[in-house]
Amino acid sequence: MSTQIRLIIPAMTCAGCARKVRAALEPLAGVSEIVVDAAAKTVDLHIDGQDSAAVIAALEQAGYPPDAMPIGTDSEAAPESCSMDDPLPSDQFPVDGVRLAITGATCASCVRSIETALSSVPGVERASMNLADHSAYVQGAAKPEQLIAAIEAIGYGASATADDDSLEQERERSEQQLYRRLLRDTWLALGLGAPLMAWMLFGGSMMVHGGGISQLVWLLVGLLTLAVLVIAGGHFFVGAWKAAVHHNANMDTLIAIGTGTAWLYSMVAVLAPSLLPEQARHVYFEASVMIVGFINMGLALELRARGRSGQAIKRLLGLRATTARRVDDDGSEEDVDIALVVTGMRLRVRPGEKIAVDGVVESGSTLVDESMLTGEPMPVSKQAGDMVSAGTINQQGSLIYRATRVGKDTALAQIIALVKKAQGSRPPIGRLADQVSAVFVPVVMLVAIGAALAWFNVGPEPRASYAMVALTTVLIIACPCALGLATPMSVMVGVGKAAESGILIRQGAALQTASQLTTIVLDKTGTITQGKPSVTDVFSYADWSRDKVLALAAALENASEHPLAFAVLEAAKEQSLPALDVSDFIAENGKGVQASYQGGVARIGNLRWLADLGIDASAATADAAGIAEQAGTPLFLAMDKTLIGVIGVRDQIKTDARAAVARMHARGLKVVMITGDVRSTAEAIGKQAGIDEVIAEVLPADKALHVRALRDKGERVAMVGDGINDAPALAEADVGFAIGTGTDVAIESAGITLMGGSLHGVVDAIAVSSATVRNIRQNLVGAFLYNVLGIPVAAGLLYPVTGMMFSPVIAGLAMSLSSVTVVSNANRLRFFQARPAKEMV
Amino acid sequence: MSTVLVNAAGLAAMMMIVWWFWLWTPRKAVNTKAGIIEIRVANGTYSPALIDSPAGQPVTLRVLREDASPCAEYLIVDGLGINEALPIDRRHDIELPAMEPGEYRFHCQMNMYQGVLRVG
Repeated sequence: MSTQIRLIIPAMTCAGCARKVRAALEPLAGVSEIVVDAAAKTVDLHIDGQDSAAVIAALEQAGYPPDAMPIGTDSEAAPESCSMDDPLPSDQFPVDGVRLAITGATCASCVRSIETALSSVPGVERASMNLADHSAYVQGAAKPEQLIAAIEAIGYGASATADDDSLEQERERSEQQLYRRLLRDTWLALGLGAPLMAWMLFGGSMMVHGGGISQLVWLLVGLLTLAVLVIAGGHFFVGAWKAAVHHNANMDTLIAIGTGTAWLYSMVAVLAPSLLPEQARHVYFEASVMIVGFINMGLALELRARGRSGQAIKRLLGLRATTARRVDDDGSEEDVDIALVVTGMRLRVRPGEKIAVDGVVESGSTLVDESMLTGEPMPVSKQAGDMVSAGTINQQGSLIYRATRVGKDTALAQIIALVKKAQGSRPPIGRLADQVSAVFVPVVMLVAIGAALAWFNVGPEPRASYAMVALTTVLIIACPCALGLATPMSVMVGVGKAAESGILIRQGAALQTASQLTTIVLDKTGTITQGKPSVTDVFSYADWSRDKVLALAAALENASEHPLAFAVLEAAKEQSLPALDVSDFIAENGKGVQASYQGGVARIGNLRWLADLGIDASAATADAAGIAEQAGTPLFLAMDKTLIGVIGVRDQIKTDARAAVARMHARGLKVVMITGDVRSTAEAIGKQAGIDEVIAEVLPADKALHVRALRDKGERVAMVGDGINDAPALAEADVGFAIGTGTDVAIESAGITLMGGSLHGVVDAIAVSSATVRNIRQNLVGAFLYNVLGIPVAAGLLYPVTGMMFSPVIAGLAMSLSSVTVVSNANRLRFFQARPAKEMV
Repeated sequence: MSTVLVNAAGLAAMMMIVWWFWLWTPRKAVNTKAGIIEIRVANGTYSPALIDSPAGQPVTLRVLREDASPCAEYLIVDGLGINEALPIDRRHDIELPAMEPGEYRFHCQMNMYQGVLRVG
């Protein structure tokens, strides 16, 4: 049996270590193909006929213990499962998989033992463990409790895990620790720096007078300062060193060089004052520790402010239920951990409780508050057969529903994942800041040295002191963080803010484009109108009765999924008309349907289609015009070449459509409606909604062409549609809005998904986007101005005019507050309201 | 004399900065033959920060973020539309699709962490 394993060895930091690691492994019997990579701190090797324990022992003996590894793939035993080299992609894992967090597993043999134990549980079809994140996935019918028991029986620990929760908690815990450490470092540094500053401000001398008690006292202060720099500022120096070794420079580099230079200069003044002119024997210990104190304070404040920026995600995570009430086949009920819920499980939700997972209602009826997902304030009625979504709240009755999507597959989990991803995306507006921040630190270092040399060569006495102050101040005042944070912080808050209103912005680019639109193209059906048309008129001709016309129409439309077809079927059902026997259906996309009926050909469709077929519909001209005037759609029925009826179907416009269109106008947007309906119907709807331009009688496939035509005219076009039928047009637009998707968030063709059905969502999304882009601009302008003005001032450009130089301590304070300002400005977006509260209902 | 020394030292430092941070060409890159590469995020650097990968082959970046500071939270890969939030002290897989030859920068939100994926 041959096993390939990879070990991570944290202590292997150089080529010498790599040689020692190789030397420790080569003598071992059965070990071959050793590939040592010091840069990646990894060793890949094959083991024949022995346990990896011998390898680990040999490495530990050599002083290079592996890090909770090895990760391996047994080439004979179970190649299709286990291990990090062939992880089971989580997105391909079946929806009924159970995920468990495993403790105590450290090596490939543990993985095999755990997989074997899981596979032996009755009902398990497939089990796979990933040592990388200490989790196991199990597919099959076994209950999670049985799986946990099986793992515990072989000496390991297991628990059902809800991933995002634990990760979020872990992140919060780590950030809290970091926050406390930063605060401690702040007080420690300011604790020493403040008395020194006070001494200086109240007239105490900061000069070293050689040979006296002054030199000894300053030496003591210097050593104290060093201790504080190491404890409170050590992380800057470590970061700077590590970055430098990797030919990289970051904020730590600037702080470490700035404070280090101030300290070194001061120590030279203390230990070897004769090297400096008498007036230049100044110490700057207070500056080095005050800077470290202020920067740590700024980082702590930034961390706290960032916590607020991520509240949208926290709120979404908070929507998730932690338990669900399982209903067993015998009718008994039990509360179970949410992570143990699998698809197919029957669950009960009582009044006031959250719905735990996505599912379909089996029994009961209630009203469900879905506003947290869709932004729609009105509760939605639910009864048997309806879908319910995780995170929504059952308001009244008790429901029993069957879980259809659990864990990361629920709409809520997908929304969280989508928002998280979008929060990290970058609109093009931030590109310049990205390019600048990528080279910022080395450029600032060059400027700092240049400024110091200028002071040293042409500055007044004491030249050395001025040069040192200029160097330190330039390094410290420069703030790459403000530049780097300007765009992402606003995007994070803006995208989160939108999500709270049921608006999912997929990428940063969509956010930016949405703020620059000139034209909104609205699909008619389901976008401007309710999307649930009903039959308003039935006219019959050529000796056919109205009932028979409607019955034949229903028979023809029976297989259709068009909304108009549902209206016809509904009307026939309401009147209890008999089902007619038709066959050989042919659907003509965008035209109509035909089928065989009693030896002839029956057709239902639009006027143009019938005209193309040479059917005379002049008898229905007046009736059809009457329907169209009322914004209804006339459906023409023909038997062979004879017109036999016209059915009027009308789809009411949404109650708030006109108000939403008015808001679009108020933003200076042109509003266009696009529809396959006849012109008269389309214009009637357009008039009701206040549309500027109506494009009617468009085949579904041609909608994208019309969007393209508008773009070719120079318009920045948004297309608003249902995301499925309108997908090509949505993709063609500058920004596609999928509207009324409910909890279906996986609409790839749309840059922005509106889970609610109101057109106000479109305007809200544009408003949030505009506010976010405005916020980004403010941040970018502020960050650029800060650096563009701050660096020259720090270099002493104002000295010839004012005779004053910036203190490095003030530079430290300014620097620490600059990034806090950016984060705080981004946080202002949290209070942005797309429309006044009174309009929300 | 001291003026000359200080100026010489300053100019040397400037040249060193230009060479060290811009002109220096990395000699050694970590290769992703196995299709998976582990990246450690700590102390302001990605380790490794330079990765070679064959064109037309998907790559998995297995990222271990040890730095709790928010700077390190996101890893962004330019040109691939990748922006992933990294959990702390856990390995996190980022799947990159098969790529065209070229250089793909990866970095944190603030561009303080930087690395390059060379595909060819």
